[in-house]
Amino acid sequence: MGISISNISKSYKNVKALQNISFDVKPNELFGLIGPDGAGKTTLFRILTTLLFPDQGTATVAGFDVVGDYKEIRKNVGYMPGRFSLYQDLTVEENLNFFATIFGTTIDENYDLIKDIYVQIEPFKDRRAGKLSGGMKQKLALSCALIHKPKVLFLDEPTTGVDPVSRKEFWEMLKRLQQKGITILVSTPYMDEAALCDRVALIQDGKILQIDTPKAIVKHYPKPIYNVRSNNMYQLIRSLKDYEFNHSIYPFGEFVHYTDSRTDFNPKELQKYLEAQNLSDIEIEQTEATIEDTFMELAK
Amino acid sequence: MKRFIGFIKKEFYHIFRDRRSLFILFGMPIAQILLFGFAITNEINNVDIAILDHSKDNTTEEIINKIAASKYFSIKQMITREADIASVFQKGQVKAVLNFEKDFGRNLVKDHKATIQIITDATDPNTANTITNYVNAILQQYQKELNKDITIAYQIMPQTRMVYNPELKSVYMFVPGVMTIILMLVSAMMTSISITREKELGTMEILLVSPLKPFQVIIGKVIPYIFLSIINAVVIVMLSIFIFNMPVQGSLFLLGLESVLFIITSLALGILISTISATQQTAMMISLMGLMLPVILLSGFIFPISSMPMLLQIISNIIPAKWFIIILKAIMLKGVGMQFIWKETLILLGMTVFFIALSVKKYKIRLE
Amino acid sequence: MNKVIQVEGLTKMFGDFTAVDAITFDVKKGEIFGFLGANGAGKTTAIKMLIGISNPTSGNATVAGFDVLTNPNDIKKNIGYMSQRFALYDDLTVKENITFFGGIYGLSRKRIKEKSEALIKELGLEKVASQLVGSLPLGWKQKLSFSVALIHDPKIVFLDEPTGGVDPITRRQFWEMIYKAANQGTTVFVTTHYMDEAEYCDRVSIMVNGKIEAMDTPKKLKEQFQADSMNDVFLKLARG
Repeated sequence: MGISISNISKSYKNVKALQNISFDVKPNELFGLIGPDGAGKTTLFRILTTLLFPDQGTATVAGFDVVGDYKEIRKNVGYMPGRFSLYQDLTVEENLNFFATIFGTTIDENYDLIKDIYVQIEPFKDRRAGKLSGGMKQKLALSCALIHKPKVLFLDEPTTGVDPVSRKEFWEMLKRLQQKGITILVSTPYMDEAALCDRVALIQDGKILQIDTPKAIVKHYPKPIYNVRSNNMYQLIRSLKDYEFNHSIYPFGEFVHYTDSRTDFNPKELQKYLEAQNLSDIEIEQTEATIEDTFMELAK
Repeated sequence: MKRFIGFIKKEFYHIFRDRRSLFILFGMPIAQILLFGFAITNEINNVDIAILDHSKDNTTEEIINKIAASKYFSIKQMITREADIASVFQKGQVKAVLNFEKDFGRNLVKDHKATIQIITDATDPNTANTITNYVNAILQQYQKELNKDITIAYQIMPQTRMVYNPELKSVYMFVPGVMTIILMLVSAMMTSISITREKELGTMEILLVSPLKPFQVIIGKVIPYIFLSIINAVVIVMLSIFIFNMPVQGSLFLLGLESVLFIITSLALGILISTISATQQTAMMISLMGLMLPVILLSGFIFPISSMPMLLQIISNIIPAKWFIIILKAIMLKGVGMQFIWKETLILLGMTVFFIALSVKKYKIRLE
Repeated sequence: MNKVIQVEGLTKMFGDFTAVDAITFDVKKGEIFGFLGANGAGKTTAIKMLIGISNPTSGNATVAGFDVLTNPNDIKKNIGYMSQRFALYDDLTVKENITFFGGIYGLSRKRIKEKSEALIKELGLEKVASQLVGSLPLGWKQKLSFSVALIHDPKIVFLDEPTGGVDPITRRQFWEMIYKAANQGTTVFVTTHYMDEAEYCDRVSIMVNGKIEAMDTPKKLKEQFQADSMNDVFLKLARG
């Protein structure tokens, strides 16, 4: 009763937005679709919410076919599109009331589902939605998407453009919703949010790179990764790029994540090489891979 | 049904909270009617003319008196020589010169025929034309009075009586046109903008992914504008009756029915426009270019259809506004009933059904 | 003159509301300075004063050696600006964009031609130089618009939320370009509310409710707040 996607493809003119995508989301799972802009996340969401036809392949949501049973799906899913899609000139309460009415329900009827979220914006219920802060808009949008007690919730980049505090609160809300038995498919371009999902699919250029639990994904990173730093970041990157045994070099904040092409890599050798390049304050230590490392390794 | 009412309620919130649009919605018809009624007029008033009377008899004096008494002309100068005609025009003192032939009165009685020359300054052809018409009207009036007393009519002059608008009031011509434009704009442009706005905002996506049926969305969008357009139509008719003393000869009920029909035609066009445009800006451009211009240029509102090239005359037939203007004029000015306008009504009805069918077919329940 | 931005007690009031509350900081030449804060914290107002398009209520600031109050026009000549919202014209080609922006900064035709060729070569855009910018992938556009912001060799370049949404590899290529510019002496002033972006900066300031609440290297801030990441630093700071 979750989501089942098999061999979905979709093209626009000459762009292949989705290429042969298959995966399942289990009932009551919090599943993340992680990838940059243009990876095909929104297209997949639109197919699953019956807004687009797939060119090929089939998919079911809550047991209903996305093409044949679109009317059933529209009754049973909640959808929060990427952009803030509420009426800016309506107040918080009017927006919520409107969405309750078009789904044939009332705020009172499903109040306990949205209560946790709605109480935070209830003090502003007479304020026009356009005047809310980013975090509050997002809470209102989520309340509106939940008001008809959907079985499956689709959230397309809900945390894009939202400050870290609101992001954190948002993920906490998702966890609580999951406990209430809702299946959630959420997309995000932020790799660090992957760790908050039960399972994730990494997607780029319309292709799934990998599907697994966040832990398993980083565990399967094929090589040891080293944090390297020095007094000059730019020179460090240049020197590492010239190093004949490098496998990958990616700046990661104050460090560079370095992997070596050899199996018997000795950090001391690299240290000597870098010192010979006139770099100082060199530190090299092994570190754990992140989802982002995996993503880049797979996308390479 | 509750869903539907909720939807309509929301539409009214949008309309009433957007002060600027609301102002345009109700300010525009009033401004346009007043503008056309007072400022943009091809009526003439107190036009300066000169008279060259070679005859100076009772008849010419009576005619001159009649002309002087009308509010359209004021006699600026009496000239005596043909040569002066050119100079008064050159000095720009007068717009027209009336030249009575010698023995005007006598010729009229004797030969049943007398000649008056109307010379107008045609640098402004519209005014020149109007002056000629007005002078003709006064002459005919005089002639009619003259013939009343005489048992054997001496009638010889050509008859070009102005009917239905004997005072040649241009506001009578403009009201049907302005009403057509306003109804078209409010209905078509506002509906198409309000639908495309939902597309732009992304709320259309949410509406589509809801159990609300597409036709409910469309009807819900349309109903508030039917309501507003009817108010507009009433305002326009009231303004023309009470401010410009325009008579509505025919049945107000029929006028109302026909207006509602035209409003629905325009709304259907608006929906059609919204199905082919992705942004509010496109919708507005298409509405203005695709609807306003043809209405102004090809509906017979400003330029008479009969004097257009054949191709344009044919094209004018597919413009709903043309038929609505004919209907309006027939009801308001001629006071005729359905038996005379059923053909135009049927054409309008046909177009409406066609546009509705087309937009329902084009309306997408999905995003592509 | 090692400090290219000097800000002292800079304040902006809108009526009773203090949008920027007496902020004080310096930015060194060649430094990558992260200017962080949530939406509405006062970042945008502060930047507007620094680039000379909004007058401070009180306090003073010099940018590239010029006073924001008395010499805003000289500031504009010496800074570059790149924003995520607007950067390049989608309906002009790569070359046309470069020529246009070179032109508005008063570069000679010869210089524009040199710059344009060098820039296209460096970014590997030879094949798409005559294509409309709108048809390029997001990541390419971003790298191009950064280069365009540097076309007149400004002393300081302001980047307004530069890398949201691009894929991780492109994002790193973009940061390499930033490192390079900084290494050549250009000061880079990055405003963002994406905290992982902050990790790449030499030094960051975090603005909360119009005040700068923390300012140091990312490493020291993480130590100070006992946090694993800048994101955690921010959360701890914002929650008080």
